[in-house]
Amino acid sequence: MCPFEAATRSAVRREVLANGLTVLVQEIHTAPLVSVWCWYRVGSGDEPPGLTGVSHWVEHMNFKGTEQISRHQMKGIVEKLGGMWNGYTWIDQTTYLETASSAAVDTLLFLEAQRMSASLFEPDECESERTVVISELQGAENDPDQVLDLEVTATALRVHPYGHPTIGWLHDLQSMTRADLYGHYQRHYMPANATLVIVGDVDTDDVLRRVEKYFGSIPAAEVRRYHRPAEPPQIGERRVVLERGGATAYLELAFPAPAVSESGFVPLLALDAVLSGAKGVSLWNAFRGTPPQRKARLYTALVEDGLATSVSGVLLPTRDPFIYSLSFTAADGVPLEVLEHAALSAIQRVADQGVTEAEAARARRQLRARLVFENDSVTSIAHQLGYFDTVAGPGYLEQLECRIAMVTAEQMGQAARQALGASTRTVGWSTPARRGR
Amino acid sequence: MSTGALTRPVSPTRDVLDNGVVVLAHESTATPSVSVNATFYCGSANDPPDLPGVAYLTRRTIDRGTSLRSAADVAETLDDRGVSLRVSASRHTLTIACVCLSEDFGEILSLIADIARRPVFPAEEIDKRRIEAITSLREDQDDPSKVARDLLLATLYGAAHPYGRTVKGTVESLGSITRRDLVEFHARYMVPSALRVAIVGDVAGGAAVTSAARSFDEWRQPASPDEPIAPPVRHDLRSVRTAVMPGKSQADICYGFTTIRRVDPRYYAYWMMNNVLGQFGLGGRLADNIRERQGMAYYAYSSFDATVGEGPLIIRAGVDPANVTRTIGAIDDEVRALGADGPTRREFEDTRDSLIAALPRMLETNESIAEFIQYTEQFGLGLDFDRRLPSCLSAVSMDDVREAAREVLDPLRAAVAVAGPRE
Repeated sequence: MCPFEAATRSAVRREVLANGLTVLVQEIHTAPLVSVWCWYRVGSGDEPPGLTGVSHWVEHMNFKGTEQISRHQMKGIVEKLGGMWNGYTWIDQTTYLETASSAAVDTLLFLEAQRMSASLFEPDECESERTVVISELQGAENDPDQVLDLEVTATALRVHPYGHPTIGWLHDLQSMTRADLYGHYQRHYMPANATLVIVGDVDTDDVLRRVEKYFGSIPAAEVRRYHRPAEPPQIGERRVVLERGGATAYLELAFPAPAVSESGFVPLLALDAVLSGAKGVSLWNAFRGTPPQRKARLYTALVEDGLATSVSGVLLPTRDPFIYSLSFTAADGVPLEVLEHAALSAIQRVADQGVTEAEAARARRQLRARLVFENDSVTSIAHQLGYFDTVAGPGYLEQLECRIAMVTAEQMGQAARQALGASTRTVGWSTPARRGR
Repeated sequence: MSTGALTRPVSPTRDVLDNGVVVLAHESTATPSVSVNATFYCGSANDPPDLPGVAYLTRRTIDRGTSLRSAADVAETLDDRGVSLRVSASRHTLTIACVCLSEDFGEILSLIADIARRPVFPAEEIDKRRIEAITSLREDQDDPSKVARDLLLATLYGAAHPYGRTVKGTVESLGSITRRDLVEFHARYMVPSALRVAIVGDVAGGAAVTSAARSFDEWRQPASPDEPIAPPVRHDLRSVRTAVMPGKSQADICYGFTTIRRVDPRYYAYWMMNNVLGQFGLGGRLADNIRERQGMAYYAYSSFDATVGEGPLIIRAGVDPANVTRTIGAIDDEVRALGADGPTRREFEDTRDSLIAALPRMLETNESIAEFIQYTEQFGLGLDFDRRLPSCLSAVSMDDVREAAREVLDPLRAAVAVAGPRE
């Protein structure tokens, strides 16, 4: 029996329009705001070779004008209503969001309906955006930590398209054409491949009528997904060593992680709380600062012992199996081999001995608190509804708190044995370039 | 035009305890959590000029043990409740903040009060946090965006001004700060009369104040005199400085001016001017030119940071190293045009209306409300500032914004800093 089950059943209304568009509405009247998110089940995991980065570039193009909203009119269209808008692309999804005064809901729905069916992809705009996207890539290359993560991911995943960076490989960004972009848009942007989420100060019946008005006439179309090749089992440790500028060394360890729908996901999430502190499950709020981790095993073993200045773990819900990564910043002067040895020893201990009941209880409490903290606004709540509907399917989010409440120390220990093996890990080093070479 | 009317205005209670601690409490039952934000009016501006980084190392060490609890006890109290304490230091504030479940509020507030009042700065903790601080500083020194920003601020304010120095200090200063420096900083600046505690969330205002009064009771420490911030030296000549960082892919440009203090009556006109220049519509005129029309940068925007002293207006862009000169030229064009002609009628109205209408969104979470309350308190804007803000903005005329732009935006006086792979 799940103690939290009743409390987490929220009044989310789910409807599917005749053209296949899924709509989720939740009324929250604490502020005169509405958050509208339109999610597409397409991300960099849906890109064939040669078109890496196309999903993200298409996202950029959807800010550049539609048949009924010119590029000029697009500028400030949401800000004038006191709103904010943005979009992001990751491995399973592309999403667009606006949070604004609830009086603006018609404009926001109209904007998203236009994006779904009538974006222009003007050739000049595509060309101009090419260099903007390349600039975004170059900005990330300035950060050695990000470069290491990109290389480790690409090393850990050789076959599955999760292995390539969401922003794409430079050569693909240089060679892709307007036809590639527009073709990708036409293939994936359709009602049956989307979930529209509306959370805030709205009346559910009223807003559903408005959704029908703006989206109902978009024709139904069949979703034609690219096949995602499965990643073959890893049979030995892999390594990547980078020499970069700067004065700081970084270590990353990556392990194969289960998909969100697999039974091993929640135990590994709780195990990560034991190892590096609970982050919750919101990609939108993942960068808000360090988690509660001062009693976490890797923090006490590495940061408190002066070997590292930071440790972070990342396990996010994904449609297919992805990676669980642990990243460390070496303390000034600490060699990476020393840091790696200490980190792997701590990981081996948890694989050999499992976690204590006290650790398991703390992990559950931390995760329960994080689920509350990451649902602190209409924007964040709408994100979570759309994210899980896109990645995990209907019903998963409602059960998550319950699953966390029921996860046991034994299951976490089993997750450690299954996930943290030596033969399936990928080890990445980024070291400052040696002088005078 | 939207009025930005708030159906639930922010109406904090304001109580001054006997020792001078101010408690600002606002109840919100939107989520079963509470945001606590304890801010002291001290920061890197109070660092000894020859020892920058004292406030920063204080913030990294203050929560690592008190006279009542060991560092391990503090860690256990936080981690058992899923609470992540955020201690931050800026030029004028040192903040201890967190979000906790409502059921944990009493225990967490008591912990924060203990940390604020009774830190012991254990020597071994200082040594660990010192290494962390130095590593963090070295990471900044490898980040072109931070190198360019620090270079710009050093140019605008000079090393003698607290805004010209980095909050984190230097590798040398961090290496020589002693426990005594931290203890003295705490005793001198982190005193009851310099503390404002904002409590926002699922706890009744009365109960919040009672808890705070209990937690901060019998704490006596005299205030030290205010240390005024000298006005920066006005630059009449353009300066361009570069930092070469081999191996980097992208160059970061920082371009800026000194401006005004937050309490200056021209503040709202300056705010609107900056919004037109580099904020409205995902980056204002700057992004329209540099990103949208020329495709040169992923980001191009400006920020305006009027604070206790005359804070900066900073324009930023990250570009291909081959486009640095062209980008600076584009910034010059936009700065010159807005400085000479001011905004168009449409820009002026769009900016004003969007800033007014954005207010409810700025107050979306308990954390953001707590920060808003702290901000209004710091600059004496009043408990009803959320309701007065629309009229403050509406009172600004187009001529006021034009005059603000004319006063500050002149390419011939700009300081420019570039950090990237080559000269």
